[in-house]
Amino acid sequence: MFDRKTLALASGFALSGAAAQAQSIDETINNVVGAVTGPFVSFIFSPFPGTSFPWIVLWLVIAATIFTLYFAFVQFRAFPHSIALVSGKYSDPDDAGEVSHFQALATALSGTVGLGNIAGVAVAVSIGGPGATFWMILAGLMGMASKFTECTLGVKFRNEYDDGSVSGGPMYYLNKGMEQRGFAGLGKVLAIIFSIFCVFGALGGGNMFQANQAHAQITNIVGDYPGWITGVVFAAIVFAVIIGGLKSIAQVTEKIVPFMGVLYVGTALIVILMNADQIGWAFGQIFDGAFTGAGVAGGLVGALIQGFKRAAFSNEAGVGSAAIAHSAVKTKEPITEGFVSLLEPFIDTVVICTMTALVIIITGVMQIDPETGNYIWNADLGRVETVGDVSGVALTSAAFGSAISWFPYMLAIAVILFAFSTMISWSYYGLKAWTYMFGEGKAQELSFKVLFCVFVIIGAAMNLGPVIDFSDASIFAMALINIIGLYFLMPIVKDELTSYSSRLKSGEIKRYA
Amino acid sequence: MSSETFVVAYEGDPEDPGVLDYAIARAKAEGARLLLVHILEWSPYSFLTPQELEERHGRRKQELARANETVMAPALAKCEAEGVTADGLIRYGQVVELIVEETKKAGASVIFVGRSGANAMAARVFGSVPLGLAQIAPVPTVIVP
Repeated sequence: MFDRKTLALASGFALSGAAAQAQSIDETINNVVGAVTGPFVSFIFSPFPGTSFPWIVLWLVIAATIFTLYFAFVQFRAFPHSIALVSGKYSDPDDAGEVSHFQALATALSGTVGLGNIAGVAVAVSIGGPGATFWMILAGLMGMASKFTECTLGVKFRNEYDDGSVSGGPMYYLNKGMEQRGFAGLGKVLAIIFSIFCVFGALGGGNMFQANQAHAQITNIVGDYPGWITGVVFAAIVFAVIIGGLKSIAQVTEKIVPFMGVLYVGTALIVILMNADQIGWAFGQIFDGAFTGAGVAGGLVGALIQGFKRAAFSNEAGVGSAAIAHSAVKTKEPITEGFVSLLEPFIDTVVICTMTALVIIITGVMQIDPETGNYIWNADLGRVETVGDVSGVALTSAAFGSAISWFPYMLAIAVILFAFSTMISWSYYGLKAWTYMFGEGKAQELSFKVLFCVFVIIGAAMNLGPVIDFSDASIFAMALINIIGLYFLMPIVKDELTSYSSRLKSGEIKRYA
Repeated sequence: MSSETFVVAYEGDPEDPGVLDYAIARAKAEGARLLLVHILEWSPYSFLTPQELEERHGRRKQELARANETVMAPALAKCEAEGVTADGLIRYGQVVELIVEETKKAGASVIFVGRSGANAMAARVFGSVPLGLAQIAPVPTVIVP
C-alpha cells in the first residue's frame, strides 16, 4: 500500500509522462504535416525570378490594380451607393424575409473578420515594421475592386435549385461564366482546381490557423498545455454544429461575433485616444516605414510584402471565398451585391486591421533602440524584438493589455469566438467546393465534415510556423485560379455595371426608402 | 352595406380566437369587410450562418405556405362561413409598422388586435404589438381581451 507521499510522487510521474507523450504527439503531427505541406508552401511563396518578392503577392497586387483601373475606381465612386444598398434603401419590401444585402455582408464578414485582423496584423507589423500598415491599407482599398468583381459574378452565375436553395461562388462562375465567354473546357478545369484549393484553404486558413491561434490565446491565460487537447475540444464543438446539426451554437456565435467586432474596434479607439499624443508619431512611423523600411531588415519590400500578404489573408479579396457567401442574396441585379461586397475589405482591413496595427505601434510593445530610434531587429526570429518576446495574437494581446489590463481576457474570448465563427464559415465554403467536385449527397458531405474536424486537432497541435505557412499558401492558391477566371469574366461585370449605372441614373432602378 | 374596411392584426393563435370572432361580429353589424393581416416577424439586419443564407429562400417559401395553410386559410374560411367578406395578407417584417402601413394602404377605419402576449416578459421590456399600435395607429384601435 502506498502512503500519501508516494502516491503524490507516483501521480506526478504519471502526469509528466502523459505530458511528455502528449508533446511528442504534437511533434509527430508537426513533422508529418510539415513534411507533406512543405513543397506546396515553397511553390506558392517562391520569389519572382531575380527578386525576393513572392510572385503570388505580385499576382494579387496586379489584379487589384487592374480591377481598380478597369472599373474606374468603382470602390470610391460607388461607396455611397453601397451604403444605401446595405441600409435597404433599394430593397423591394415584397422581398422581405429573403436574404438582405446586410445579411449577406454580415455573414461574409464573420468569415473574414477574425484572427487575420488580430494575429495576422501583429505578424505583419512585427516582421515588416509599422510601414506594413500603409501597404495593408492600400491593399485593402484596392482589394475592394477585386471583391466587387468576384461577388457580382458569384450572384450572376449562381445555381438556384427547385427547393429554393442557392449555391454560388467561383466554382460556378468559372464553369458557367467561362462557357458563356467561349472557354467551356478551360472553365471546367479551373473550377475543379479552384475547388481543390478551396478545400485546402478551408482546412488551412479557415481551420488549422484558427484552431492554432485559439489554442495560443488559451495557453496565454491558463498556462501551457498540449495543443491537441484544445483541438479535441474545438473539434467536438465543430462536430456538434456541422455534423450534429446543433444550430443553436452557430446562431449564438453569429450574434455575438458582430458585437465582439464592435467592442474590439471601440476598445482599440479608446487605447488610441489614451495615447492621443502618440497618434502623429505613429502615422509618421507608418509612412516612413512604408517608403524607407524605417530600420527594419526587410526594408521597403519587406514592409510591402507583409502588408499585402496580411491584407489578402485577412480580407480575402481575390480569393473567391466571400463570393460563396454573397451569392445567397435576394436581388434581381447581381451588381448590387458587388457594390455591397466592396465594403467588406474596407471594414475588415482599412478599419479593423488598421486599428490593430495602430494599437501595436502606439503602445510601444515593439522595442525601439533608444540610441538609433530604429526598431530592434531579432535576426534569429526574423522579426522586431517585442516586450515579453511574443508574436501573433499574444503581441496584440500585450499591446491592448499595456493600456487596459483586463482586456486580454476579453480578447481571448473574442479570439475564440472569431476563430469559431471563421471555422463555421469556412467549413461551409470547403463543403461547397467538396460537393462541387464529388456531387451533392449525405455521404460526400459527411466525409468532408469529418475531415474538417480532424484538421481542427491537427491545427491546434502544430507550431505556428508550419500552420501559418500552409494556411497562407492554400488561401493564395485559391486566388491564383480565381483571378485567372476574373480576367476572362470582367467584361461581363463591366456590362452589368454600365447597364445598372444608366438605369440608376434614369430612375428605372427604384429607390424604396 | 358600408364600404368600410376593418383591419385585423391576426396572430393566428388557435387557442385565442377572440379577436377574429369579435372582428367578424363587428363587421357583420356594420356591413364592413375585413382585411386579415398576419405578419411573420423578420429583420433584414439579423445575422445568419452561411447555411441559413443558402436555405433562406426555400424556408421563406415553406414559412409562407405554412402560414397560409394553418393561419390564413382557416380564418378566411371562418369569415366566409359567417358571411363576411374578407381578404388575407401575409407579410414579413416588423409587426406594428406593417399593420399601420396596410391600414393606410387599405384606407381602413378600425384596427382590431388581440391582447395575447402583452403580459410576456419580452413584451414588458420591448413593448407589445397592442401597445405599439395604440401609440402609432392612424385609426381607432380596438384591443380585444
